Amino acid sequence: MPAAPEPPIGLQVDQVEKRYGAVYALRNLTLSIPAGECVAIAGRNGSGKTTLLRVAAQLVRPGKGTVSYSGSPDSHRPRIGFVAHATMVYDELTAEENLLFFAKLQGVENPKKRVAELLGEVGLKDRKDSLVRTFSRGMRQRVAIARALLAQPSLLFFDEPGSGLDAESGAWLTAHIRKLRDSGCTILMSLHGESETASLATRAIRLEAGSVIADTRRGAMFQSIFAGAAS
Amino acid sequence: MALLSNAAVLFGKEVRTEFRSRELLSTTIVFVLIVVVVFSFTFDPTTNESRRFGPGLLWMAFLFAASLMLQPCFLREQTNDTLSALRLAVQDAFAIFLAKISANTLFLLVTELLMLPVFAALFNVSFAAQLPGILLTFFLGSVGISVVGTALAAISAQARMRELLLPLLLLPLLTPILVVSTEVTVRLMQPDPAIEWKGIGLLAGFDVVFLTVLWLFGEYLLEE
Repeated sequence: MPAAPEPPIGLQVDQVEKRYGAVYALRNLTLSIPAGECVAIAGRNGSGKTTLLRVAAQLVRPGKGTVSYSGSPDSHRPRIGFVAHATMVYDELTAEENLLFFAKLQGVENPKKRVAELLGEVGLKDRKDSLVRTFSRGMRQRVAIARALLAQPSLLFFDEPGSGLDAESGAWLTAHIRKLRDSGCTILMSLHGESETASLATRAIRLEAGSVIADTRRGAMFQSIFAGAAS
Repeated sequence: MALLSNAAVLFGKEVRTEFRSRELLSTTIVFVLIVVVVFSFTFDPTTNESRRFGPGLLWMAFLFAASLMLQPCFLREQTNDTLSALRLAVQDAFAIFLAKISANTLFLLVTELLMLPVFAALFNVSFAAQLPGILLTFFLGSVGISVVGTALAAISAQARMRELLLPLLLLPLLTPILVVSTEVTVRLMQPDPAIEWKGIGLLAGFDVVFLTVLWLFGEYLLEE
């Protein structure tokens, strides 16, 4: 697994509010994630997990509040890796074409070498010339992770990355996130319930109706954060 | 430079995926062919009438083609949420628009150039002598249609009733381009043809103004 080449960066979300019509997705939410921390966000459906990740990645503009990275103004967006349930890759392109395309967009140096390296890491070297639409869900998610890691991001967001994966693919994903965590990346991941992936987190946050209702580090309260999140 | 290199990479992807699937281009060409043939049956195309009404019908057909062709350009990005990946990857969101506008203009021009001989045969008119003027008009008209259409496609892709919204917004906003392009083309089809530079200037001005507006505010159109 490539180590993060740049020093890891922290994330500050300050009094963020996001509404969709009359419904609050995030309500006056403040969160500080130090560099190198691995944080799991739990909560029921509609609690604001996905919105929080998308606001933090600056994919969604909040109605109020600010997002900044290690104190930098939010206009200086760092290298961000984002893995969601949707694969964010093109079905009509091959695995290699997808990765080369995104590598060139992100200005990755020597994109062919980097893509070959990542295809090997995610175990898709033999299928690099196959169209993504012919892949299983697990294989698509591997391409998605390779895409997110192209520019060696120091800040990674995982939005329920394991949903729809079988046990083998789920275990592969957990092992991969562990390597990223150990390499020093700052990780923020939303999870639907307690899982093996959740055990990687050093801190857990529970959201309800767009607000943080619990925030704890590893310890006695840690497991309780995930209790009932899957319901 | 990052803007242009990003746009070039994105343009390459747009063209590659389209020429691989040929879904959009083949469907649009067949549709426009049907429209032009139906128009030719509706009017008795003697040469004089063709010169008067032909260009209007031709541009109307191109407008229908555009409304069909532009709709999926952002919808396709929603299938796997690739638009989010693009927004994270590019430094300037305008690169996404620039690439899509260039690709849409190319696809529209291909359709127009394929329809030109069919139209000339069905309506008994000759474009050969005025080909440079025709090409210039088609290019500027197509850029205008693509700029406005791509911006509206980005807006409508996030709306409910998106299939209805695009043509509903597109037709009134493109009326100036339709009128000017038709007038320039009519002039080119007269027995004493000439390029109407005032019209060409209007088309170029329209393109520049809408491109500038998109450059300034395009990022907001891509936000959720």
